[in-house]
Amino acid sequence: MQKTPLYDVHVDAGAKLIDFGGWMMPVQYTSIIDEHMAVRERAGIFDVSHMGEILIEGREAEGFLQKMLTNDISRTHEGRIVYSPICYPNGGVVDDVLVYKLHQERFLMVTNAANTAKDYEWLLTHREGEVKVKDVSRDYAQLAVQGPNAEQILNSLTDSDLGGIKFFRFADDILIDGVEALISRTGYTGEDGFEIYISPEYVVRLWHSIMEVGKDYNIMPAGLGARDTLRFEAALPLYGHEISKDISPLEGGLEKFVKLDKDDFIGKDTLLAQVEQGIERTLVGFEMIDRGIAREGYEVLSNGRPIGHVTSGSYSPSLDKNLGIALMKTGGDIKDGELEIVVRKRRLRARLTKLPFYTKQYKK
Amino acid sequence: MEVKKDLKYSKEHEWVRVDEKTIYIGITDYAQDSLGDVVFVELPEVGDTFDADDEFAVVESVKAASDIYAPASGTVIEINEELEDMPELVNEAPYESWFIAMEIDDLSKLDSLMDWEEYQKFCEEEEA
Repeated sequence: MQKTPLYDVHVDAGAKLIDFGGWMMPVQYTSIIDEHMAVRERAGIFDVSHMGEILIEGREAEGFLQKMLTNDISRTHEGRIVYSPICYPNGGVVDDVLVYKLHQERFLMVTNAANTAKDYEWLLTHREGEVKVKDVSRDYAQLAVQGPNAEQILNSLTDSDLGGIKFFRFADDILIDGVEALISRTGYTGEDGFEIYISPEYVVRLWHSIMEVGKDYNIMPAGLGARDTLRFEAALPLYGHEISKDISPLEGGLEKFVKLDKDDFIGKDTLLAQVEQGIERTLVGFEMIDRGIAREGYEVLSNGRPIGHVTSGSYSPSLDKNLGIALMKTGGDIKDGELEIVVRKRRLRARLTKLPFYTKQYKK
Repeated sequence: MEVKKDLKYSKEHEWVRVDEKTIYIGITDYAQDSLGDVVFVELPEVGDTFDADDEFAVVESVKAASDIYAPASGTVIEINEELEDMPELVNEAPYESWFIAMEIDDLSKLDSLMDWEEYQKFCEEEEA
């Protein structure tokens, strides 16, 4: 089992730890609901050091990435970030990643913790030309500071003005708490906020410094439990749920990040065919009418017939409702916008509702 | 971790209060703490009958659903409807938040449950 440099900090804070993709990670410190609301209303700090980082560099690095990613990075400037799925030839998803353009010939790919080894192998297998691929995950610890007060809190630890970093951009020379770090205006909560990449040896000190200056804003440490409810309300996809090796990015509602008009990339033919033949499955949001909570994997019925399954379902702390996301047959006959969710052999009524459930509060 | 002296306990972290032939069943402080925020409780109906070890209710936290088991066979004579509207009571006052009252067939079936000292030891072992 792997531990992040903040493991002892989590234990001391009384966190409940779970095995998450081979990492011992805090799922909650006090209460998922309290941590969730802290991020929505004030600020929360997450240890996301388990995320993987893969460095891709060389004269042909950009061309290589263009082949691997479904999104287009050919017009991306240095200091900007691109979100993209990586696909298999059959259109299934290897992973969804962030790509930071550090330099014309140098990119940092940030991967899901449980997928890092697989992604690295995948990149190595397809590497060609003047490109170096290196797993640099051990060189980085990562903190996410999220919420409406995140900027004020972090600004009090640096002479730089983080307000100058716009959404999905970064600066890699920020001196924060006296240490150089890469800071981006990104996150996985639907709130404004930042992600900080820093050398593992300084991350414990930085965590404590952020907690200290964050006191005035009642910052809370937040675990994976709140991270999941936050991303769920904002309908941000989670690998293995809304996208997976069996769910294409088009089915998973990520068409914005699939550029079928760019040159060849892995999975393009299949994805083009999906568009031409009509995408068979679609993600929809729903709200429970009957009392009960839909969970991942539960069957979804319409007019008594199976039409899909729940990809994520939870109580929503911000909206105080039981909500869910389902992958369903496209264009299914749904009477009066009502579905049934099979919860422990009982059919409970739900109504279709727009995604995302919670409007993202990004500072663009 | 609070443990009440006048209750009996199961290995599934449920408590049982015996009142002649009626038992009240809830989940312990240890159970509510490990579940986290309880956001939904599904209860059976009055008149339902259960065998020992049957699932008779479900308690859902933000993260997951957990079953609650009958400690002995019997018939549901009352349910705590308050929990349907205020599931958070399970976190706030676990030993007052009984789920159901059951009339049980054979009181001796409860002899296998733990007393408070045994249960406290059991929890300590689970932690370690």
